Amino acid sequence: MADTLIRLRDDAASTAPVIAFADLAGASNAVAVRLMPGDDARALLPLLGQLELVEVVFPGFTDGRGYSAARILREYGYAGELRAVGDVGIDQLSHYHRTGFDAFAPDQPIAAEAVRKALATWPQVYQRTVDGRAPIWALRHG
Amino acid sequence: MYQYDQYDQAMVDARVAEFSDQVARRLSGALSEEQFRPLRLKNGLYLQLHAYMLRVAIPYGTLNSRQLRKLGDIADTYDRGYGHFTTRQNIQYNWIRLEDAPAILADLASVGMHAIQTSGNCIRNTTADHFAGAAADEVADPRPYAELLRQWSTFHPEFDYLPRKFKVAIIGSATDRAAMKLHDIGIQVVINAAGEEGLRIHVGGGMGRTPMIAPVIREFLSPLQMVSYLEACLRVYNRYGRRDNKYKARIKILVHEIGADEYRRQVEEEFAHILTLGLEPPPAELDRIKAQFADPAFDPVAPGKIDLSDPDFAVWVDQNVHPHKAPGYGIVTISLKPVGGIPGDASADQIRLIADIARDHSFDEVRVTHAQNLVLPHVRRSDLYAIWQRLDAAGLASANLDLIGDIIACPGLDYCSLANARSIPLAQKISARFADGDRQRDLGELKLKISGCINACGHHHAGHIGVLGVDRKGVENYQLLFGGSEGADTSLATIIGPGFSEDGVVDAIERATGVYLAQRAAGERFLDTWRRIGATPFKEAIYG
Repeated sequence: MADTLIRLRDDAASTAPVIAFADLAGASNAVAVRLMPGDDARALLPLLGQLELVEVVFPGFTDGRGYSAARILREYGYAGELRAVGDVGIDQLSHYHRTGFDAFAPDQPIAAEAVRKALATWPQVYQRTVDGRAPIWALRHG
Repeated sequence: MYQYDQYDQAMVDARVAEFSDQVARRLSGALSEEQFRPLRLKNGLYLQLHAYMLRVAIPYGTLNSRQLRKLGDIADTYDRGYGHFTTRQNIQYNWIRLEDAPAILADLASVGMHAIQTSGNCIRNTTADHFAGAAADEVADPRPYAELLRQWSTFHPEFDYLPRKFKVAIIGSATDRAAMKLHDIGIQVVINAAGEEGLRIHVGGGMGRTPMIAPVIREFLSPLQMVSYLEACLRVYNRYGRRDNKYKARIKILVHEIGADEYRRQVEEEFAHILTLGLEPPPAELDRIKAQFADPAFDPVAPGKIDLSDPDFAVWVDQNVHPHKAPGYGIVTISLKPVGGIPGDASADQIRLIADIARDHSFDEVRVTHAQNLVLPHVRRSDLYAIWQRLDAAGLASANLDLIGDIIACPGLDYCSLANARSIPLAQKISARFADGDRQRDLGELKLKISGCINACGHHHAGHIGVLGVDRKGVENYQLLFGGSEGADTSLATIIGPGFSEDGVVDAIERATGVYLAQRAAGERFLDTWRRIGATPFKEAIYG
């Protein structure tokens, strides 16, 4: 999987073992965690200060729960790496980025040029999310 | 009506570019059909029984004449010279080539239109009262909120892969002309005791295989918190809606299973958090949108009295023209239900004619109704006769609004890959059986709705008379339902008994109308008589 990893961050990737959400109870010092679609991202809030990597797994790209998980973590101040893992395709990259992901580990490799193009799909956006972009309503009203 | 600014236009232009690239990758084989399917569906492109079908969004059912004319031209250029208006206030083209889809989108974008999110498991095109801004009984105009919702829901990154599709409807009158309570979210603009405008939010209605009437989740919401509240409603659904079974994935199932109170509690909790994030557009944005829905320049001395000496014209005015809030004006509904016709179909020439009439007589505006008709919302009553003559010459003057001939029907097995039975030929047969206009008017308001499968695109659950097509051992069979309504008195229709053949169901409907005529009390509609006397007399007449 590592050879498909795309990171939009400047820091070094975490090398810590990634703990499954279900095993967190026995790993209170975890710094890297993996969330499956049904896992409650809010359960990670007490750990936000120690986490450096959260992997959010998309077993199929049409299961959109991971978008909410990512956005919730960012809304509560998580600043570490947020990595979309699994069935991650070009046509979803823009939405991943808008909901707070800053790294992608797709099952199938995606060319750097395709990533750049996908992230530039929308010249402006209608909603305020966690990606720091000013929504269209803010542009209209300065 | 709302005009795109540079930002709105840039969004639809970007979508044309993105989808053109997706089609190119599909045609080159870079995308498999399995990979392409969810992408094309988000752009309203279905692969049907015979061809691709493109569903074009008509936000809250509102068009200007230039847009409508373009829809007619597209029907000529890329389809077979006609289009089909749908129960979600959209238009569908049934004979599209995949290769042409990018060019059609570019044509649409040239008039500020698109096919964004007209299918797929995302927030669909918002629908609204088709008389908004015109109706005499309106409390507040729902269109500014519908436009705000259009913008908020367009390419919303968190809610693009929901458990299932998500439909929002909004009204601003006590009279519900949008089947609001049968939507995933239904919003009613209301005025409270202090005279303030607010939103009453219903969540968890729907038709389909498990019809439900949406409970009220918020009695009164400040309009300046609408986006934040809907973010909360959608987030709870996205996280906890069922994904194990697509037939139980709509939000109505979630609300039903955890209960309205628990759903409300979760939404309020999420809402409190979201309010801290500053997601809500400022009041100035709502004001900007509201200004674009200001009344057109009505003539304050427009005469109300008109010459009704032509009896055919008088009948049409009585049946198809509704009271307008401005004196001397009326709301014209153009029936797309001629005797023996295909409900909701219009030819390219008819579409362009209606665009011309809208330009000349209705402040350039047209609406699409969920009952598959078109509306000229702002017509001087003194222009009605000239309009009627132009419509009549084009076969568009059927005086049957809300009568038994004004049938809603889904495309059914003639087009749709999901259907179990044909809807269109049945609608045509019923329409022909009740062709006599005097007989239709004697039967009075009678909403007949036909779906060709359990997905209920033809709203059969909400029909005073509903028909559901099923497949019974390889043979088309039609179940008959009575007692549904999509109005302020929303109710769900119930099945009367064993199903029928196509001809059998036409006969059964005729016998049911006989029961009504024999038993009705003064002033009662078919629905009222059904509610009063119950199923037994109808069963006896139909099966006895």
